[in-house]
Amino acid sequence: MATANTATHSATAHDHHDHEHHDNFITKYIFTTDHKMIGKQFLITGMLWAFIGGLLSVIFRLQLGFPDMNLEWLRPLLGGWITPDGALDPEFYLALVTMHGTIMVFFVLTAGLSGTFSNFLIPLQIGARDMASGFMNMLSYWFFFVSSVIMFISLFIETGPASGGWVVYPPLSALEQAMPGSGLGMTLWLIAMTFFIASSLLGGINYITTVINLRTKGMSFSRLPLTIWAFFLTAIIGLLSFPVLFSAALLLVFDRSFGTSFYLSDIYIGNEALPNTGGSPVLYQHLFWFLGHPEVYIVLLPALGITSEIIATNSRKPIFGYKAMVISMLGITILSFVVWAHHMFVSGMNPFLGSIFMFLTLIIAIPSAVKVFNYLTTLWRGNLIFTPGMLFSIGLVSFFISGGLTGIFLGNSAIDIQLHDTYFVVAHFHLVMGSASFFGLMAGVYHWFPKMFGRMMDARLGYIHFWLTFIGVYLVFFPMHYIGIAGFPRRYYSWTGFEFSNMYTDLNMFVSVAAIITFAAQFIFVFNFFYSMYRGRVASLNPWRSTTLEWTTPLHPGHGNWPGEIPTVYRWPYDYSKPGAKEDFIPQTVPLSATPESNLPHEQELVKLEKEIMADEETELVANEAKQV
Amino acid sequence: MYGFLIAVGILLLLSIIWMVYRIQTLVSVMKGSDKKVATGSNKVNAFMFVLFLVGAGGLMFWYSIKEFDNYNLPVASEHGVITDQLFWITMAVTGVVFIITHILLFWFPYKYQYQENRKADFYPDNNKLEVIWTTVPAVVLALLVIGGWKAWSDITAPAPENSHVVEIMGYQFAWEVRYPGMDNVLGDHDYRLTSATNVSGVDFTDKNALDDFMSPVVVIPKGEPVLFKIRARDVLHSVFAPHMRLKMDAVPGMPTRFWFMPTKTTEEMRAELNDPDFVYEIACTEICGRGHFSMRKEIRVVEPDEFRKWMAEQKPYIVNNPSLVADLPEELKELAEITISEHK
Repeated sequence: MATANTATHSATAHDHHDHEHHDNFITKYIFTTDHKMIGKQFLITGMLWAFIGGLLSVIFRLQLGFPDMNLEWLRPLLGGWITPDGALDPEFYLALVTMHGTIMVFFVLTAGLSGTFSNFLIPLQIGARDMASGFMNMLSYWFFFVSSVIMFISLFIETGPASGGWVVYPPLSALEQAMPGSGLGMTLWLIAMTFFIASSLLGGINYITTVINLRTKGMSFSRLPLTIWAFFLTAIIGLLSFPVLFSAALLLVFDRSFGTSFYLSDIYIGNEALPNTGGSPVLYQHLFWFLGHPEVYIVLLPALGITSEIIATNSRKPIFGYKAMVISMLGITILSFVVWAHHMFVSGMNPFLGSIFMFLTLIIAIPSAVKVFNYLTTLWRGNLIFTPGMLFSIGLVSFFISGGLTGIFLGNSAIDIQLHDTYFVVAHFHLVMGSASFFGLMAGVYHWFPKMFGRMMDARLGYIHFWLTFIGVYLVFFPMHYIGIAGFPRRYYSWTGFEFSNMYTDLNMFVSVAAIITFAAQFIFVFNFFYSMYRGRVASLNPWRSTTLEWTTPLHPGHGNWPGEIPTVYRWPYDYSKPGAKEDFIPQTVPLSATPESNLPHEQELVKLEKEIMADEETELVANEAKQV
Repeated sequence: MYGFLIAVGILLLLSIIWMVYRIQTLVSVMKGSDKKVATGSNKVNAFMFVLFLVGAGGLMFWYSIKEFDNYNLPVASEHGVITDQLFWITMAVTGVVFIITHILLFWFPYKYQYQENRKADFYPDNNKLEVIWTTVPAVVLALLVIGGWKAWSDITAPAPENSHVVEIMGYQFAWEVRYPGMDNVLGDHDYRLTSATNVSGVDFTDKNALDDFMSPVVVIPKGEPVLFKIRARDVLHSVFAPHMRLKMDAVPGMPTRFWFMPTKTTEEMRAELNDPDFVYEIACTEICGRGHFSMRKEIRVVEPDEFRKWMAEQKPYIVNNPSLVADLPEELKELAEITISEHK
């Protein structure tokens, strides 16, 4: 009943709101509190970052694939980072990989994915007027924006941006003497990340509160679309883990600027013995990975949620094992907090801890496996429509399998001794978290574009974009397994200095070419996105014939989403191809009492209850209206 | 001029693509295909998945077999044989899963592509299936983990008493190798004592340090346990000896260790690989700055007899750097002078 009251209450509150509210350009597009616009802001900013992050990777792939190439032509862009003989500066190479990682993990796949779709979809799919706090939501975006600006500026300073790898392990990141990027660049990195963490927390609190409190009538947790479950759990993970990253960063700031020794001990650098003693660099690694590992799921879970929704819709079949999917995600959420030290098997921590974390790590593979099997069974005997969103979702499942299986090698500490920090790891996480999440993001954009902009994206360009990207990603990352098994270390400017790695120049060249083509293929998407925004075909109200609530809103939903009463929900979101039903989908807003022909036995019993509640509601509504008059 | 021509060419290409795009959009509007649930492209996409499965699968098998000897590094340590075995067992198990799931994932789209007259199966759940595919992976993973755990426990167990100790210290951007000398006990070190002549910061007031010696190469005997005592002087580094399947971070302020048993001498490996230039190497695998990619050290594995001979030939570090012991207290200084005179 509580939800029912909230819903009616906010509906009436909104009516008042509408009368006095006039959007101007600034309140509509810039300092907006409308969750849909904030979602779009995150998306566009995320796309800009993805372009920068991708460009950085193309530059370092040039170095790795064509080490002898004269890069003089990049001087207008990179200036002094091109050495006088036309090569890339080795320190700038490290800056490139560091910024590529930071940008992709945090700015694209956390803010760009979670920020976009949690904001856009949570109120629309649970039937709410907006987020619990529109103002906090606005702050969340603008903290992210400030963070972006600072990180962007750090790319252009003379000593270069942070260059100690995206994990910024001290002492390297703590000591300016160790590399120039650990000076001002690292300071800016820390400031930017602080703003980023604040943004994530503001967003996360909002997502959680909204999902718990603002669900429309009838939208019980067991009727939530899997997207919402995913966003909800993602927000919880973020809320619990980002503060730990903040503490790690704070201690690092102290070590860098105030002479403390949390992470520093026994250091002789630049012909000078530093006074710090008693600190432990391994402490930082524990704190960092306490966020760092859950972060993997922060970027992956929303993608999996989006995929579940899209695969079910376009298979015209209910998602197989809804409960198992939810339990798997819950399992992943909880386990994601107790596996962090598998990144540290050879960091020098107690090997006994290594054993514990090996067991815990391989447990987390089980819910992941369950999810894959459930996706496959959802496709089985479906009636599959290959929209671009569906293609990207299937691509995601493929990457999730390929990258997930190599996790079983790396989670095994004995095998990890050899593979740790080689290209095998690079291949693993680029498939399972990088590409899979990126495909989730793409699937989401193609699928919800009609809701975002009221127009359709061009499907054919979508197909071309998908196939180029899908094949491209495999051509980039699959070969990396081979050079990883061969022992090629990560973050190497060049491998020719060692006998054991003085080979595979051909394969590296191949990878670089594939990377450049894949990067170029993204411009097909960029064109399709912006062109369709203005010139695409006008979408129908429910173009994918989907069951969820967002498709019951007008083509261009205003601030408040539904012009009248918020719809009530009577069923779960996966009634596709129900036997007996006329259409192959029944929206969540259709009462069970209206579909006696397709109700399952246990649903038939619910019909009575449903009728009682509807009658109750009717009298309450009449009473309310009488009061208002 | 060339720049101009290229620009015109690109412009031309773009406008052609643009025209094709517009024409196909108009055609699809004319045909009314946007009103249909699924167009002909549905068939094409469904077929593409099968094509991709066959093409990519073929490419994978071909390359994996052709390149096997290249990417499969020869192994030269006792525990390395075990971890390699675990690796390939895991590869077999995951490989089967990889292939089966991908066949299903790409064949289903073809098999169950949209047909207007067919309806999808309403098949929301099956608890029996869920239980099966929860327990089966759980059991398989448990078996893999137990294998890994046993190996890991053995590898990380304390080194045997008779291990040959070698200290490897990482700094920007090289490794410093120190041997304990005849007493097989390394002298203490203190980072504050580091200087141009005392790179490792050895504390010579510890008498165990007096016979310590440095070596430009890591020389170790075959078939006897070797203990690497690993540390770093400035930032994190990581000792990686790929042929030994050995990796351990070097951490400033926290000494780490790794022991192993070399099984093949450099000469034997050269003969086996038919490569007279083969050497065992150490690389750095923890990002440490500008020269991260160039921290190379050579390991030479020799027969035990040869190793002992080599050890006997080495001169303590203080022999050529007597200034390091000049300020020692009287008692130790005498000891140091005896050591020096013995090796003169």
